[in-house]
Amino acid sequence: MSKASLSSYLRDIRFPFCAGCGGTTVATVFLKAVQELGHKDFQGFVFCSGIGCASWIPSPHFKADSIHTTHGRSIPVATGVKLVRPDLKVVVFGGDGDLVGIGLSHLIHAARRNLDITVVMVNNMIYGMTGGQVAATTPMNVKTTTTPYGGFEGSLDTARLVATAGASYAARWTTAHLVQLRESIKKALVTKGFSFVEVVSQCPTAYGRRAGFKNAGEMLLWLKEQSVTFDEAEQLSERELEEKIVVGEFVSRILPTLSERIQTVLRKAKKQ
Amino acid sequence: MVNHLTSGSHFMRGNEALAEAAIVAGCRFFAAYPITPASEISEHLAKRLPQAGGIMIQMEDEIASLASVIGASWAGAKAMTATSGPGFSLMQENIGYAFMTETPCVIADIQRAGPSTGQATKCGQGDVMQARWGTHGDYASIVLSPNSVQEMFDLTVRAFNLAEEYRTPIILLADEIIAHMSEQMVVPPLEEITIVDRKKPKSTDKAFFDGDGVAPMPSVGEGFNVTVTGSTHDEFGVRFTADPKIHRVLVTRLVEKIRSNVELLADFEAVNVDNCEVGVVSYGCASRAVYEAVEMAQDRGIKVGFIRLKTIWPFPEKAVEEMAQKAKNIIVPEMNLQQVFFEVQRVVKGAARVTPVNKIGGGEMVTPEELFSVIEGSVGER
Repeated sequence: MSKASLSSYLRDIRFPFCAGCGGTTVATVFLKAVQELGHKDFQGFVFCSGIGCASWIPSPHFKADSIHTTHGRSIPVATGVKLVRPDLKVVVFGGDGDLVGIGLSHLIHAARRNLDITVVMVNNMIYGMTGGQVAATTPMNVKTTTTPYGGFEGSLDTARLVATAGASYAARWTTAHLVQLRESIKKALVTKGFSFVEVVSQCPTAYGRRAGFKNAGEMLLWLKEQSVTFDEAEQLSERELEEKIVVGEFVSRILPTLSERIQTVLRKAKKQ
Repeated sequence: MVNHLTSGSHFMRGNEALAEAAIVAGCRFFAAYPITPASEISEHLAKRLPQAGGIMIQMEDEIASLASVIGASWAGAKAMTATSGPGFSLMQENIGYAFMTETPCVIADIQRAGPSTGQATKCGQGDVMQARWGTHGDYASIVLSPNSVQEMFDLTVRAFNLAEEYRTPIILLADEIIAHMSEQMVVPPLEEITIVDRKKPKSTDKAFFDGDGVAPMPSVGEGFNVTVTGSTHDEFGVRFTADPKIHRVLVTRLVEKIRSNVELLADFEAVNVDNCEVGVVSYGCASRAVYEAVEMAQDRGIKVGFIRLKTIWPFPEKAVEEMAQKAKNIIVPEMNLQQVFFEVQRVVKGAARVTPVNKIGGGEMVTPEELFSVIEGSVGER
């Protein structure tokens, strides 16, 4: 891994994340991936993010164009940017609350359209910024501030959902898989079409405390232990899989992108 | 070469005139979700915008529609969405975002009878206050109200121009009747149509959210590293979520850039206002009955003045105040249950008696005869 400084990608503003937050890890791994792809700075990149801790990764910390949108709407804003400027690399950062809670429909539709953007979802399985309320990604039975007796709803398998909806690329890793995550982000950034990287991440403050973890390290170890590959998952029953985090690439394929399809429409229209 | 509507006379529907005007004004991105009675705008632009090199996309809902318009605007395109009352409600959060981030864009609301699904195919004017106060927090809005196919064209061009000049969302508050009727309209020679483009920054500029009025606006991808946020921010776009002064300065400036220009933004038709004993204030479809009612009254020797609002918000207070100096009675016909009525009452401060004339349901308009009888009756109350 390159030892070169990542500070050239950052403004001189400190990340506001709690000690032990996985968001800082995701930010660092993302910057290393960008560096390894040979980008000296963020020229040609645009970042869109919604509301929540993960949305603060690019805005305003990345020395880049960034649009910090309303809650859940980073993907449709990114859609407008990308359709007008298909030459720009548009990257969305968001948490699970933002992207699969309030904004889920936009994620599915962007995958269906194969909109040529990259989405990095930091899945901390909780609404962290608002203090630890249950999310669409919180595992069954976990205690949160709004499920004091334990959760009673199923959780969403987002990377699989995005792959099914029509994305070019979808992968899931955790903050305990630094190398795989970096390689996956690199692959997502060079993929034509909709690329999605889910990072299951620790939130020691709003999740770990109530879920019975002593500290961030313990959570990280738990993420690592719970992770299984596709091959390993095949050997497990549905019941056993409920406790697990399936990691790896869910899909990686070449498909026509929304921008390409729209170019065809523009050519047809001009002939009329 | 952009494929514009040709100059000269056309016979068109209101929604088509609106769509064509958007292309003339420079709109190159349109996103919307199907809704009666606005869908013809989408259908027309789906065909016409790509011919002009622009993009039309049908989004998954009205929230995404306005969100993508905001993204397109920051990517440098003039952009618009179109909807009706229920969709307009879904857009309210992002209208506040566009106001807070100073994003030029146009939102056409083709009003129908609400609340809720109401009478989806029938006309109403019930979104006047939603257009003023729909989003949360402190803000000011610019809302235009066409009353003919010609004005669907003219005011759409004006809406884009104001959006670019003021860097704020502009609401084109039309209604089902104006949108669905066909009339003659005249497109002036294109070189005579004023087209305003946003002020662009110099390469050395760093502050894009400041000044006494409207700061220059960069696009993403131009190398400015612009940070756009709906949170309270300083002149460089950096978030300050607790500093009282930065919030006061920002929000006061955003409101004042509209409030302090009320005279420039005011746009109305005034008939016989200098010499009237009865006044009428109306707008949009309801105002179309007023001309005939005024004629009927004048034939009977009643002096009637008429103010027709083409800009509803900010409310042209001065014009209505002046009318109240002459007219002892002011009548406000509208297809809702008293929305502009209360505004007129507030502005005249008791100087004139204000009488509402309201009709809702079934898309039925106030007729000239009905309005005339109220005018005649009000003279009797002198």
